Amino acid sequence: MFHLIWLVPLLPLIGFAVLTFTQGRLIRPAVAWVGAGSVGLSAAVALWIGANFILHPPAGHAYTLTVWHWISVAGFRPTVGFYLDNLAVIMMLVVTFVGFLIHLYSTEYMAEDSGYSRFFAYMNLFVASMLTLVLADNLLLLYLGWEGVGLCSYLLVGFWYRDPANGEAARKAFVVTRVGDVALTIGLLLLYTHLGTLHIQPLMHRAAEQWPVGSSLATAAAFLVLGGAVGKSAQLPLQTWLPDAMAGPTPVSALIHAATMVTAGVYLIARTHVLFALAPDAQLAVAAVGAATLLLAGFSALTQRDIKRVLAYSTISQIGYMFLALGVGAWAAAIFHLMIHAFFKALLFLASGVVIHALDDEHDIFKMGGLRRELPSAFWPFLLGGMALSAVPFISAGFYSKDLIILDAWSSSAGSPWLWAAAWIGALMTSLYTFRLIFIAFFGEAKTRVRKRPGVRMMVPLVTLSVLSVIGGCLELPAYMGNAPLFTNFLHTVLPSVHALAASRTETVLELLSGVASLGGIYLAYLLFLRYPEWLRGFARQPWGAALHRFWAGDWAMDWLYDRVLVRPYHWFARVNRSDAIDSVYRGLAVVSEAIHGGLSDTQTGVMRWYALTMVVGSVIVLSISVFL
Amino acid sequence: MILLWLILVLLIGGVLAWLADYWYTPLCRWVSVATLAVDLWLGLRLWTLSPTNLALAANGPWVARLDWSWIPSFGIHFHLAADGLSVLMVVLTLALGLAAVAASWTEIRERVGFFHFNLLWSLAGTLGVFLAFDLFLFFFFWEIMLVPMYFLIAVWGDQRRIYAAVKFFLFTQGSGLFMLIAILGLVFVHHQATGVYTFDYFQLLGTHMAPRVAMWLMLGFFLAFAVKLPSLPFHTWLPDAYTAAPTGATVILAGAMAKTGAYGLIRFVVPLFPEAAHRFAPVAMALGVAGILYGAMLAFAQTDMKRLVAYSSISHLGFVLLGVFAWNLLALQGAVMQMIAHGFTAGALFIVVGAIEERLHTRDMGRMGDLWTRMPRMGAVGLFFALASLGLPGLANFVGEFLVLLGAYRVDVTLTAFAAVGLVTATAYALILVQKVFHGQPREQWQVPDLGRRHMTVMLAIIAIVVWLGVYPNPVLDTAQVAIAGLRQPVATVSSSGHKS
Amino acid sequence: MPVANVALNQALLLAAVLFTLGLLGLLVRRNVIMMLVSLEIMLNAAGLAFVVAGSRWQQADGQIMFILILSLAAAEVAVGLALALQFYHRFHTLDADAASELRG
Repeated sequence: MFHLIWLVPLLPLIGFAVLTFTQGRLIRPAVAWVGAGSVGLSAAVALWIGANFILHPPAGHAYTLTVWHWISVAGFRPTVGFYLDNLAVIMMLVVTFVGFLIHLYSTEYMAEDSGYSRFFAYMNLFVASMLTLVLADNLLLLYLGWEGVGLCSYLLVGFWYRDPANGEAARKAFVVTRVGDVALTIGLLLLYTHLGTLHIQPLMHRAAEQWPVGSSLATAAAFLVLGGAVGKSAQLPLQTWLPDAMAGPTPVSALIHAATMVTAGVYLIARTHVLFALAPDAQLAVAAVGAATLLLAGFSALTQRDIKRVLAYSTISQIGYMFLALGVGAWAAAIFHLMIHAFFKALLFLASGVVIHALDDEHDIFKMGGLRRELPSAFWPFLLGGMALSAVPFISAGFYSKDLIILDAWSSSAGSPWLWAAAWIGALMTSLYTFRLIFIAFFGEAKTRVRKRPGVRMMVPLVTLSVLSVIGGCLELPAYMGNAPLFTNFLHTVLPSVHALAASRTETVLELLSGVASLGGIYLAYLLFLRYPEWLRGFARQPWGAALHRFWAGDWAMDWLYDRVLVRPYHWFARVNRSDAIDSVYRGLAVVSEAIHGGLSDTQTGVMRWYALTMVVGSVIVLSISVFL
Repeated sequence: MILLWLILVLLIGGVLAWLADYWYTPLCRWVSVATLAVDLWLGLRLWTLSPTNLALAANGPWVARLDWSWIPSFGIHFHLAADGLSVLMVVLTLALGLAAVAASWTEIRERVGFFHFNLLWSLAGTLGVFLAFDLFLFFFFWEIMLVPMYFLIAVWGDQRRIYAAVKFFLFTQGSGLFMLIAILGLVFVHHQATGVYTFDYFQLLGTHMAPRVAMWLMLGFFLAFAVKLPSLPFHTWLPDAYTAAPTGATVILAGAMAKTGAYGLIRFVVPLFPEAAHRFAPVAMALGVAGILYGAMLAFAQTDMKRLVAYSSISHLGFVLLGVFAWNLLALQGAVMQMIAHGFTAGALFIVVGAIEERLHTRDMGRMGDLWTRMPRMGAVGLFFALASLGLPGLANFVGEFLVLLGAYRVDVTLTAFAAVGLVTATAYALILVQKVFHGQPREQWQVPDLGRRHMTVMLAIIAIVVWLGVYPNPVLDTAQVAIAGLRQPVATVSSSGHKS
Repeated sequence: MPVANVALNQALLLAAVLFTLGLLGLLVRRNVIMMLVSLEIMLNAAGLAFVVAGSRWQQADGQIMFILILSLAAAEVAVGLALALQFYHRFHTLDADAASELRG
């Protein structure tokens, strides 16, 4: 039954095709059934295949299905083929399941939008591309899915196309991720040229055989793959597109910019982990990028006013954790956090969608308030999601996944105290900004009236994701809580385990410190934002306080930097050269030619004496030449 | 004989279309369609006859040949031949010809018969270029290709048509002159070496000549094809000519005629002068990469949407130049694929742009905006082809570009890296086109109809082709492979690390 | 004979000077009649050169050439004056620059 794997990406693709070709002519309920139903069916098939895979795994815990040969040129023969192993099963289940919940939510959230059919067409195309990405058995097909999700991100961020700001945000997203894609493309060229294949499993084998650890080719390839991952996952230095991408509808932010597309980079690195194992420099770079990003984004999240932008920076920060985990060799921990993050971040976005919907499209948290009482259907999910994000000890799934990473940052053979320190500070900041958001938006007095309340189709996904955000941690219980690392064991067939060096007593100390960070952040947020908000207001009134606030809110001035150094010069040069300087050579030729023509025709004056003179001069010249030469 | 019929049908059809105008004007369009349909059917038949496996082919890579003596004292023959590469180009040309006729249906109102005459004769010349294997005959068809096109631009173009037509003519004629000198030079060198005057391609292959002579002759040929392709820095005729020409003519220019430049490079420049081409290759590849980036940057800066698409053409064809001079199987296949993909994609974009111009009577993007609301089908089609233009995987352009990059990587890593940056610049102009025309706030209120049935049929057909080539390009690649493998034999004597496949 | 040589040189010099003067007069003068006069001077200068050369070589050919030149000059003057008359009839002036309609 594994041979039905091709149905999983195909069903949403069929949904896309149906919705595109019947543009606007289907009635809304039909669109909802096609749009959400195709993903639902895909989820069902995925569940069935996944269950079978877990219960009756095939030989070698892997299954490959080649549907057709895509290109066949001179030995280059990438296929359209799907590869199923434990990692792929997990990714597939996350994408389809969370995707279906978000589609269900959208059927109500987008119900009044005139582009209803178009929305679901794009969302279905996205899910199809994302599934192609995670199920691809070769890097070229993965790249097809990779670009496909980038395309859908562009289409959906710019969904409300009448506002040019949305178009700009969409284009920024596409262009910045494409910069990463250039690196990835060159990486693919390098890998194919030196190893002769792009099929992932043979490629990894050949790399391990032919390239010694630390070889320059492996390092170059790994850095290029990292470049691609950094773009798609919005990490330093290509993270500037994600906050602006919040211009899209909230379900889009939930699906694409929290749960799935931005995690594609993490997935890619996990898939090519052999390459990174061969290139310790690159792996260190992954960890460094992750650590730096999680700190930077944490500071930025602390200063945002827009509810979705806080969550966007939070996403960037959490993916930084995943990169950190990958960088220290904790592959399974990264994927675990990927899954848990998908749950709670989608939950947070969907809950914020409820808030935005209810307050008639209000995004500014300082204009909210008191929603704890007014909108409990948003408050409880948001609280549970926020707790998971802050890794509140024991009762949230985030605790299990994030603390695993923080622990491994210290104890892994590739870890270091610096990385641990960054992770710890990041955890403190996470709690701080998360509960800042919760306290400001949900506590205090209500500043805007609630106009709409969510219906069943919006609540079911919220409830489901809330439950998962609490109990999801059960899949990976640490040593002092029963020692049941089910998740890591499950992925053991695909990803190597982390080399841990710490003794168990250090482990306990570290766990305690993590708990302190998490709870301490919450308490600090309570003090600063609920109890004594005057402290911060005084701080913000200072000139350097305000400047710092602006600096952090502006993404550490990176956006400004890129604009000044790259974007504006390009625009300027393009505009200045609009009529093409090279053409001036040819226009110059034409001008010279016309000048000569003008000059020569001026000698035909029609005056007789002039002709006589020129005749005399000419004959003198000819005579002198013939006499003297 | 089928090769002769391919050309004759177009010539006769052109004359009939012109005559039909005197009787009943709408008839000439249908005559044109019928002619092209018959010819396309012949072309497709030829394709099905093409070998896909060199080892099994009886005639090597050749599908059909025709060789008649013409001017024996100079060794000039009427020699037509077709291999996989020629057949693919022929089919592309004829398919785009049909699209061009469909696009000009309502746009051309005066002297319709003469328009179709020029269109069909221009296509006939193009086909002749792809099929000729005698250098004199090749030059003859080269000129036939250009003259009707001059008329197409000069008579039915927009207000800058005279400037554009003259510029177009001067550039291509001027470079053609250098090619003619090179042809004559080659014939004389061959005569010096063997005592025989011949213009036949197969006999001229492998002529012994001094390296310096070979370099100059090669440059003569290269100049003509570099202007046609076009390659930086000889590209400046293109924006003016493409913009001023009527839609049908632009589709033919961009889709078919530009490919004659690439075809000439593959068929003549490298096989006839292998060592000189090898020495020149780094320069040519650098020009290709420069074209990719410069063309994209200029496209981004334009306010006239047709000019934007014209500059994007330069950018796409830079990949072809890069691929041809990398000269290994991967890169050449990529170049052929890119030629076909670009033909369809750019042709379709020009049709969309032309349709918008026909409705709005302006090409200034500063006056557009929010056209998606008014014309959703146009918007969707325009978006699709803009995405194809920026090389989205799953569509035809990606296959071509990726294969070229893969092939060029083996030859020069740095240049390939720069070419890959072209992915970003392409995104910039493609998306700005969509943004300014279809999205954003409307700058003026336009009440215009959406794409009609005729246009949608053509567009859907091209969309289907582009998607099919994107996910299953092997029929095209296999046909081209036999031809390219057949080509590589004369060059196999050049041994260097850059020419391994 | 040294006297004859010196005389030859001087006479040729005189002929050259006369020719140049005539040429300059042709180029500089605007009046058609005066251009004809200058032409006459040029012709006579050429004739002088012929006569002097004939004298040098003690042959009559030089003087025969001079007679030829005289008749040529007469014919040319006749035609020239007829043209001048037509010129005046057409342009109502004798200024040669007035006839410049064949401008480029």
